[in-house]
Amino acid sequence: MKYISEFREQRLTERIAKRIVDIAKRIDREVKLMQVCGTHGMAILRYGIVDLLPPNVKIISGPGCPVCVTPDNYIDKAIAYIRQGFLITTFGDMVRVPGSESTLLQEKSKGGKVKVVYSTMEALNLARSLPEERVIFLGIGFETTAPTIAASISMAKEEGINNYMILSGHKLIPPAMRALVEDEEIAIDGFICPGHVSVITGSRVYEFIARDYHVPCVVTGFEPVDILLGISFLLLQIQKNEARVENEYGRVVSSDGNLIAKSIMNKVFIPGPSEWRGMGVIENSGLVIRKEYSAYDVETRYPVEVTSPKVDRGCRCGDVLRGLIEPPDCPLFNDPCNPSHPVGPCMVSVEGTCNIYYRFWSGRVNRKIKISGKTD
Amino acid sequence: MCLAIPVKLTSIEGNIGWVEIGGIKRKVSLVLLPDAQVGDYILIHAGFAISKVEEKEAQELFDLLNI
Repeated sequence: MKYISEFREQRLTERIAKRIVDIAKRIDREVKLMQVCGTHGMAILRYGIVDLLPPNVKIISGPGCPVCVTPDNYIDKAIAYIRQGFLITTFGDMVRVPGSESTLLQEKSKGGKVKVVYSTMEALNLARSLPEERVIFLGIGFETTAPTIAASISMAKEEGINNYMILSGHKLIPPAMRALVEDEEIAIDGFICPGHVSVITGSRVYEFIARDYHVPCVVTGFEPVDILLGISFLLLQIQKNEARVENEYGRVVSSDGNLIAKSIMNKVFIPGPSEWRGMGVIENSGLVIRKEYSAYDVETRYPVEVTSPKVDRGCRCGDVLRGLIEPPDCPLFNDPCNPSHPVGPCMVSVEGTCNIYYRFWSGRVNRKIKISGKTD
Repeated sequence: MCLAIPVKLTSIEGNIGWVEIGGIKRKVSLVLLPDAQVGDYILIHAGFAISKVEEKEAQELFDLLNI
């Protein structure tokens, strides 16, 4: 088994799709299922899964793209450090995200030190080989990424590397899911939980959503069979008026997650309030570097003050991130905002809803067909 | 950032593992998955192995679907 072809098998997907149609017939209302992972969002459009769903089953996109939920203020801080001569290392997605007046790429073109890396190990190697530089890694990401950053901080401390620091903008998904489920404007009927966040957290972390809000949750993988099965599990729960956490992705997700990753994350970080684009500040949804590791927290070691004026770009990224609108509902979608000239972060990142929609759905945009299957 | 495709671990040196993705050999850190063995299929995120892919669980899912 190679875990790919088996999960893309056409006859099997057709069978599950038929099962979904059968269950949906027994639910006499529209059902909104939210996915909170950019990779799920991409798979759902790329494999044409929405075309297999009945009209009363709607998939909406949530804040599943770490770059997209990062507010202007964070980018502005990173730019302030570049202008003070720090060397910024980052995952590639971040360099084109607009802050309130510039991007990392624009700063680089003006001589700023910005380097794209594939992992924190690469950033740490850079700090090791360039002791005269003050190296910052942009700590953006959810539970999947945070342990890799915690591991790099822990290694830097063990090795006594003191020119390596983090600008922590990490975010935690379950508190954001709580904020979304409490938002009556969105009215979510079920969650397709993020597959790789769940690898770290374990599926149990979502139990409060099922228990306290009576909203079913399913953890699924990223292949068509996984996603369709996940949707069928959710619909069956909704039809029976049940709410629990089901794990379709048992081949990589356990109920307790990756304990080593969780322990290293807890060793280095402590939860704190964090600002999400479009959602405001959510309590305990961010990760702050603990005092014992404050030498690796650039904001503690070299504090900067930036005033980020509220920029009105006309971009409706915030509403896209909450699943309130689909990208073509934004007046800027396609023209002038597209992957070559992104106005908002959701069009920049390959995990951003607008970018995904542009790549896999733009042919239908002219015909005004939305993900929900409805025609305007 | 996130590779959703399982890859096979081909060799291990300390806490570094080697995998092959599309014919290119890549180094991954095994710090978060120290019990990974050569031959295991693993998931990689931002240069770190984060989980093994359990064949038994995958098989059980297919058994459930009656294939």
